[in-house]
Parts: sequence; C-alpha cells; structure tokens
Amino acid sequence: MPSSISPVCIYVPSDTGARSLGADAVAAALAALVGRLGIDGEIRRNGTRGLYWLEPLVEIGTGSARVAYGPVTPKDVAGLLNPDGSANRKHPRCLGNVDDLEALRLQNRLTFERLGVTRPGSLSDYRAHGGYVGLQNALALSPQDIVEAVTQSGLRGRGGAAFPTGVKWRTVLEAQGRQKYVVCNADEGDSGTFADRLVMECDPFALLEGMTIAGIATGATKGFVYIRAEYPQSIANVAEAIDTATDAGLLGDDILGSAHSFRVEVREGAGAYICGEETSLLESLEGKRGTVRFRPPLPAVKGLFGQPTVVNNVISLATVPIVLREGAEHYRDCGVGRSRGTLTIQLGGNVARGGLYEMDFGISLREVLYDLGGGTASGRPIRAVQAGGPLGALIPPKHFDTPLDYEAMQAIGGMVGHGGLVVFDDTVDLGALARFSLEFCAIESCGKCTPCRIGAVRGTEVIDRIRAGVDPDANRALLNDLCDTMIEGSLCGLGGMAPLPVKSVLTHFPEEL
Amino acid sequence: MTREATIRELANGLADWDGPLLPILHAVQQEFGFLPPETTATVADVLNLSLADVHGVITFYDYFRTKPPGRQQIRVCRSEACQALGSERLAEHIQARLNIGFHQTTPDGRFSLEPVYCLGNCACSPAIMIDSDVHGRMTPERFDALVD
Ligand SMILES: Cc1cc2nc3c(=O)[nH]c(=O)nc-3n(C[C@H](O)[C@H](O)[C@H](O)COP(=O)(O)O)c2cc1C
Ligand code: SF4
Ligand code: FES
Repeated sequence: MPSSISPVCIYVPSDTGARSLGADAVAAALAALVGRLGIDGEIRRNGTRGLYWLEPLVEIGTGSARVAYGPVTPKDVAGLLNPDGSANRKHPRCLGNVDDLEALRLQNRLTFERLGVTRPGSLSDYRAHGGYVGLQNALALSPQDIVEAVTQSGLRGRGGAAFPTGVKWRTVLEAQGRQKYVVCNADEGDSGTFADRLVMECDPFALLEGMTIAGIATGATKGFVYIRAEYPQSIANVAEAIDTATDAGLLGDDILGSAHSFRVEVREGAGAYICGEETSLLESLEGKRGTVRFRPPLPAVKGLFGQPTVVNNVISLATVPIVLREGAEHYRDCGVGRSRGTLTIQLGGNVARGGLYEMDFGISLREVLYDLGGGTASGRPIRAVQAGGPLGALIPPKHFDTPLDYEAMQAIGGMVGHGGLVVFDDTVDLGALARFSLEFCAIESCGKCTPCRIGAVRGTEVIDRIRAGVDPDANRALLNDLCDTMIEGSLCGLGGMAPLPVKSVLTHFPEEL
Repeated sequence: MTREATIRELANGLADWDGPLLPILHAVQQEFGFLPPETTATVADVLNLSLADVHGVITFYDYFRTKPPGRQQIRVCRSEACQALGSERLAEHIQARLNIGFHQTTPDGRFSLEPVYCLGNCACSPAIMIDSDVHGRMTPERFDALVD
C-alpha cells in the first residue's frame, strides 16, 4: 500500500455540503500544486467533519497529525504547502491541528466517530477505525442478547418518534413470518436535517453494519435502504458500499464465516415528503402510491409485503455498531433522564457556525445556539428557533434554557424530532413561516384524511385573511379551531403536527399573526 | 428500437425485483429524461397491473415528469433554513432572471425550474441544485454567473 507511507496526505471533503462550497475545485488545485512541486503527495477525499462554516476544510497530514485549513478557496491553495511538501502552519487560513479544534473537542462523537476521518468508499479505513467489530461481537451473541444490548443502551429511534429501538426489534424477533425485512428509512424529508445524509455520504459502512446486526438480531435476511431522490450522492455511496461489503463477505451468505445471510438493496424515493412516514414508505417500496396505512397492524408485525419488518432511521441503525462494540453501558452512560446517549444535532439556518454537533442529551438550546453556534450569521439577535423539522414548534428565547431531551422539549410544546435546529434572526416574518407550514402540509398531504387535505388549504387562506387585516380576531379563533381539528382528526403526524408551528406563533409571538 | 420497445426492455429487466414499479419508472425517466406517454400502458402490461395503478403512482410522486424538462434542471430549496437566509428573495430573482415561474421550462428549452423542500444542505443556506450538483450560500450574483 504505497498510499499509507506517502509522506504528504492531503484531505479534501467529498460530501455534498463541502462540494456545494467548492471543494472539488480546491481538490483540483491541490492536485495541480502537488504535481508542480514534484512531491510525493496524495489527495484523499474524506468525508466532511461537519463544521460547515470552515468548509472547504483542507487537512494536511504527515504521520498521525493533520493540520487544518479553512475555509479554503482555490486561490489559497498555493500557500498551503511549503516547497518541501510540509504543511505551512503560517498560512492565514491555518487552524492548527484538526483534533485541537474546539468545535470538535466539545463534541462526543460516537455515531459519528469516523466523520471526516475516513474515506467513504474505503472498507480498510472503516475497519482501521473500529468498523465491523460490533458485528463480530454480535455474531458471538444470541439474537435475544443482541436485542437486549440494544434495549439496555437506551437507544430510541432518531427518526422522530423516539420509540425504543430494542423494543421494536424484540417484536420483530418474536413475530412469525416467511421473510422478515430490515428497512432503513433514509427519506430524511425534514427540512433543517442532514445527519442521515452525512452517514450515507461519509460513513456508509456504519449503516450497513447496523442493518446487518439488525437482521441477525431479528431473523431478517433482506434489507432495503429507501433514500430520497434529492440525495444522489447518498444513493451512489451506499450502493457502492453495498458492492464492496458484498465482495468482502460482509453481506450475502455466510457473513464473516457465520451461518447468517443478509442482503441489502437501495431504493430511490421520488420526491414525496410523506414517504418518510414509515407505513407510507412501505407502500412506496411495494410500488404503490405513498398513502399512510392504518395501524394496527404495526410494521414490526405486518410490514413490507405483509411480513414482520424493522423500520429504523439511518442514525438509529448507524449507532448500533458502536453499542455492540463498546457495550450498552458505554452508550447509556451519556445523556439524561430517558434520553440516553448522544443527539446528533444539526444546526442550520441563520447561524454563525452551522453544522453537525454530536452532543450528550441534556445540553440546553442556549448552549447549542450560542456556545456552539456562535449566534446568528447576520449578527442580529435570535428571534426564534424551529426544532425538529417543518412540523416542529417555533421556540422563543424565553425557552432557550430547555435541555435537549425528548421529554423536556415536549414539556414546552416542542420536539427533538430528528435533531434539526433552524435559527432565525429578528428580521424573520413568523406569520409567513406559520403559513408556510400549512402550505407545505397541503402540498405534501397523502390525501387520505380530510382535516389534513382540506384543512391545510383552508388554514393558509385564513392566515392570508388575518395578515390582510380582515376580521383578525374572528379569523384567529377560526384558525385555532382549524388547527385543533387537524391535530385531533389526522391519521398521521403530517396533518397532526403541521399546525404546531402555527399554534406556537399564536402563543409565543401573537403580534406576528 | 422504438420508445415502447425500450420501455418494455427496461421494465422486463427489473420486473423480478421486489416492488419493481418505482425502480422501473426511475429507469425509464433516466433513459428519456421524462416518462413518455407509452410508459403507463407498457409498464402496466409487463407488471400485470391496471392502467389506473400505474397512472396513480406516476401522478402521486412529484419527481416523475410526463413532459420533457429543460436541458438543465434547477431546483431551489424553499424550506425553512434557506428561508432564514433569504431564499425567497433568491427565488424571486431566479424566476425573474429565467423569466419563468416554478414548474415551468424556458421557451428555448434550456432551463426548467422546480421547488424543492430541503436539500440537506441547511448549514450552507440558501441552497439550490442544478442537475445533480448542489450549490450552497447562493446569491443572485453567483446564480447569474452559473447560468450565463
Ligand atoms: C410525516 C412524517 C414524516 C416522517 N419522515 C421521516 C423521515 O424522513 N425519516 C425518518 O427516519 N423518519 C420519519 N418519520 C418517522 C417514521 O414514521 C418512523 O417513526 C421512523 O422511521 C422509525 O425509525 P426510528 O425508530 O429509528 O426513528 C416520519 C413520520 C411522519 C409522521
Ligand atoms: S394526516 Fe395527511 S398525510 Fe397523514 S394520513 Fe392523513 S392525509 Fe395523509
Ligand atoms: S432547508 Fe434548504 S437545504 Fe435544508
């Protein structure tokens, strides 16, 4: 392996986010520079560290240390290397050793332990950084013991509903069926979220390892990753990882020499937000319109093609390997109350330091917004934060001391959801945002229930009237009633929660609507 | 080969997959850039489904198009994180610049414009996507440079 002994390794992130800020041009400029200097150097396209205000973030590695530079433009590139190929630590963009960056030191990266460290397509990188040890350990356990370990870890579904993952797995393990399935929900439709994308683009083997463990634990031999169409690079990277893992005997028959079989296929979504709801997703996988199913039966009992099915979010599944590798206590010992382990916070919108922050549950909104995020990007005061995606409440500053913890957020009418936080400064039009949540619901409704399908459209009309000053008090009362009808009369969370942003504006920001 | 024959061949190639309908529609759209009128009947025939079943699926999903798109497809994120950094103003600029609205294609067939609800690039807002490339921290000036 000449690459590992090459004196200069230059790392340039390859994920959609870094590329959206020009990482490819930076990588090309670096390759040209290496050629011009005639040094022995290699450009490695690793994943992003998730610190997007520093992207494109270049790292120059000699030995084990990596020196970071960011944000780097092609014009900066010429000065990054000294003529002998060593890292120029005097460059104005130099940030010091990457491991010393405060934004990384403050985090507890468990699910994302390899984020930005390894190359997404490299199985050897993955294995060199703890990969597939969890699967190896799982193979030495009974299915019941694997389920028990996941239960003991306290891991709850990260897709939004926060249902205990081990409990779901036990239901599937105990269910009878001729063919059980593991379905990974990689629809990541919630705006303000990108943690699933980061796993798939930067560390796809972690997802495959987690799915394989889920299969062995529940007796499922077939898995699907349902990825939204808006994520072409995730689709490509997961598909490539499946091929690589299959060639290496990590998927297919006799996994790692055991008697277990597990296969995975990628399926592409087609632009429907509702297909993130698990029963709608299953309909879509079966080749139907993505309408929501009545429950019971639960998917764990009667899911894909009527068979017992584990449906889990990407982050839930990608967290399983480290639980099996380090033990349930290692994970459970982080966090607070009934929210154990870490939350993979995605901080976006009008924020100075947006990106991925994996933190123990219990950190307060204020700490995330100010200590980690550095306040707004505009430098203006924060007016509101939307937590948990497009169906989450708009939270006013008076609640910023709330800890990020499923129950504590619920207590203030908010939700953790998939861990997205979107920041708005004081120029935001909250009435328009309230209207948008109903407009979005109207666009994305699957059409099965009237309160959602019709109510959302009516709701936008009522908001328009309020905003136009037409009989505002009566219309506000009407809007409130309409929201309650949607909340009570909808089959799923789209119609049931889209009114929450509206109600939060009516409650916390009455002057705005 | 006729269009119908191509569609049939694509459908036959995927017919034994679990839940083959969406993969087939994706393959047809990949081939032609949209779903030609022959798609519904041909795919229904291969999969032994009713026309209504296939039509119902095609119309349910925004991503499937029954008309050819522009040579470049521009998707503008309209979700909250991008709104927080001015995506609505950007969207107005883009519509004015291309002289079309959302869901439309320029008369010269160069561009079509679609809304998208989050590209997963919410820490680099506002975000747009041109074909399969995402561009972050988009401004009107940078947009003009990209399409010139
Ligand atoms: C309208 C709606 C949209 C949803 N979208 C997603 C999504 O994009 N990704 C996801 O993982 N879960 C989503 N969910 C939650 C899923 O229904 C389900 O709870 C989850 O996939 C279970 O996996 P977990 O237990 O690992 O979280 C959505 C739910 C609703 C009601
Ligand atoms: S609430 Fe809306 S999206 Fe959910 S099942 Fe009813 S109509 Fe469909
Ligand atoms: S909200 Fe625009 S990319 Fe996520």
